[in-house]
Amino acid sequence: MTIKKISKDQPDTFEFSAENMLETKKIIKNYPEGKQQSAVMALLYLVQKQNNNWVPLAAMKYIAKILEMPYIKVYEVATFYSMYNLSPVGNYFIQICTTTPCMISGAYKLVEACKEKISTNERELSKNKSCSWMEVECLGACVNGPMIQINNDYFEDLDKEKTIKIIDQILKGEKPKPGSYRGRTNSAPENNRKTLTENKNA
Amino acid sequence: MFKLKVNNKDIEIEEGLTVLQACEKAGVEIPRFCYHERLSIAGNCRMCLVEIEKSPKPIASCAMPASEGMNIKTNTPLVEKARKGVMEFLLANHPLDCPVCDQGGECDLQDQSMFYGVDKSRFKENKRMVPEKNMGPLIKTQMTRCIHCTRCVRFATEVAGVPELGAIGRGEDMQITTYLEKSMESEMSGNVVDLCPVGALTSKPYVFEARPWELKKTETIDVMDAVGSNIRVDTYGWEVKRVLPRINEDINEEWISDKTRHACDGLLNQRLDTPFVKYKNGKFDKASWKEVYNIISAKIKSTEGNKICGISGDLINMETLYIFKEFFNKLLNSKNLESRNNQVYLNSEKRENYLFNSSINGIEESDFIFLIGTNPRFEATILNTRIRKAYLKNKTKIISLNNVGDLTYPYEYLEGNTEIIKEIIEDKHLLSEIIKQANKPLIIIGQSALISESGKYIFESIKSYLNNNKKISDKWNSLNIISKNASTVGSFDLGIYHNIDGSNQVLKDLEEHKYEIVYLLGQDNLNFKKENEFIIYQGSHGDKGAEIADIILPGPSYTEQNGYFTNLEGTLQKAYKASYPPGIAKEDWLIINELSEIINQKKLFKNKDELESSMLNYLSLFKEKNFPKNYNEQRNLKFVNEKIIIRENDYYYSNAIARASKIMSQCRNEKNKFKSTGTEG
Repeated sequence: MTIKKISKDQPDTFEFSAENMLETKKIIKNYPEGKQQSAVMALLYLVQKQNNNWVPLAAMKYIAKILEMPYIKVYEVATFYSMYNLSPVGNYFIQICTTTPCMISGAYKLVEACKEKISTNERELSKNKSCSWMEVECLGACVNGPMIQINNDYFEDLDKEKTIKIIDQILKGEKPKPGSYRGRTNSAPENNRKTLTENKNA
Repeated sequence: MFKLKVNNKDIEIEEGLTVLQACEKAGVEIPRFCYHERLSIAGNCRMCLVEIEKSPKPIASCAMPASEGMNIKTNTPLVEKARKGVMEFLLANHPLDCPVCDQGGECDLQDQSMFYGVDKSRFKENKRMVPEKNMGPLIKTQMTRCIHCTRCVRFATEVAGVPELGAIGRGEDMQITTYLEKSMESEMSGNVVDLCPVGALTSKPYVFEARPWELKKTETIDVMDAVGSNIRVDTYGWEVKRVLPRINEDINEEWISDKTRHACDGLLNQRLDTPFVKYKNGKFDKASWKEVYNIISAKIKSTEGNKICGISGDLINMETLYIFKEFFNKLLNSKNLESRNNQVYLNSEKRENYLFNSSINGIEESDFIFLIGTNPRFEATILNTRIRKAYLKNKTKIISLNNVGDLTYPYEYLEGNTEIIKEIIEDKHLLSEIIKQANKPLIIIGQSALISESGKYIFESIKSYLNNNKKISDKWNSLNIISKNASTVGSFDLGIYHNIDGSNQVLKDLEEHKYEIVYLLGQDNLNFKKENEFIIYQGSHGDKGAEIADIILPGPSYTEQNGYFTNLEGTLQKAYKASYPPGIAKEDWLIINELSEIINQKKLFKNKDELESSMLNYLSLFKEKNFPKNYNEQRNLKFVNEKIIIRENDYYYSNAIARASKIMSQCRNEKNKFKSTGTEG
């Protein structure tokens, strides 16, 4: 992973919506007085939620002012964590897990699908600017691999064709259904369980 | 106190030390990159690994508190192997460009890899490349060499008080940067070059100039401000290549300001290397020493003593000032000597009246600081970092009479009227209570306050107020004056002033054109319209003084002669000769001595040693005479209700050397550029 690219198109100002401002105050209250800097990560995430999945520089300055901390400290945090996007990622931000279990079960096929359908490079917007994709480390759904995360939802048990179908839906602006694409309930075994069969509630 | 073992040697240490410090006490050196005595502990370079008995893994000694009964081992195969491993990782991404790196020869990484480096690299992948950052005219960056010790980041946030540097990204891609790729807005930024253990941050003016082993090193004293920072001057032949700090816990710890460090290229420009005479057509012509001596001698012999005045400058050492005084008092029978170039109030009755009495170390003990008409950040940068240190350590309350902008620490400010001082004195202001209740208050009076019309009122009434409230005693003297120039306190100690009720009589007479001969001894900051005066200028640089002169006597700069300086807290320090004056320029004292020989057929002093001992004798007599006695209150103080104006400090242009320096001009432009864009926030 190389250092995150910071978008050249930056909005001049950023401000929390009234609703998020209330939320901000709530978050800051979680920390003792004088330690309000601790809220920086939560606030950055709040910005990301409000601002279409990415954090502009103006927002970092804004947060630095709210929390009375040096701007560079906010900038450090934002560049450190891969969770914060520093350039626009579109309405749908696709994260493909390529850590070992997913990789073994064919995660790179999904990457291929994204490359064909969205953009040839990671963190690059699709032609209609609605989505982008990125390889990430383990998302913790190893039983259901390979899988992708789109915004806050998991799409599991995929292969290349299914991924292409999902991406097509996204590009059209439809909302694909999250969850397993092989009909599993959560991470339960396929075709009934093979062990502990006599125990009904296991 | 408790006991522990280092390499099976028993030692006893006090509590609160780290394992690394304990090892140092035992005389064992621990390699380190990120750890620095004066910065917070980061513990991220891992070079200082040691083995501690009963610990399964090696331990980073800089971050581990030492405790009772520890058995620390630093010379075991495990430690050796661990450090070798760390070194291999550090070198994995470090370029092999030592031959073209300015840090070569004084590089921590180079030195330590001699002990712990592996001869062959097992790293077959491509090395990381990091783009260079723009950090202004003083710091050259080569960030590929960075090993992420974060010393510079910690220095900027903690000591300099400008949290502009930071580490962005993570892991291998971590980069040290200022957020807008601009120079640090600090007068202390040059210190990050010393702190950097590798060649990532190097000095831009010194780039590819010399190798450390080629330079002659002279330990001396700085004259750029009145603090008297201890410095080391590195010379190559005649040229002063660079100036580095020297540790002095009482004054500058181990920092120096940018002006101290980088004004040294001004020593090469605009120099006066031969005597000059100005003829009727207004042009200067080169002359020999004999010619100029004869002209001056003839002129002086035909003029009455009281028609001659002498004004000394800001960078003059005390031997020169002393012989200057002798020259005027004994030879010319003239009392018209002055070292001030403005109407700053001076009560010369006691030494404490113009000193920083609480001492620079005392700042850290203080519990309340009140600034009157001063901007310590630009007037005495090192002192300002001490105030910041005191603020960080004790959360000292700081109030300034004026709003003076960013001082690198938070402070409250008042409107800046002299009315407030009056209210404080009359116990009508909130501050009166605070001053009374403070154990060790620090009242700092700046030049801007003393120069104002009510300067005398401010000084005398505050002094008597502090005296009445028992804040001036043998143990703690809360009255402090910040002087701006290196030679100010020395001049006052030697009595280079002609004081009438605190005002500068010589300057008044000079403005009324009462003098026929004006002898400017390195005085370049005088605002004076010349009429019929015959002006002799003796100094090192072709600056404002030389411009109006009729005769120029070329002298040396502070690095080119031995001489004493007294800093603002009254400490006498000796500056040593690192280089020699250019051309046929002579040492300052020698010029005056030779001149007096021509005039009077008799030298004032046989040699430099006689001059030195005579001056030191004078000083010790003066100090004895000045021993704090009873306080005499001044009467008839004139109060003027006015706003004290902090004069815009042209920090980078404050003296002749700095004005001749290209680097200082660049810094000044950079600073003004920020101002004009209005984004300095």
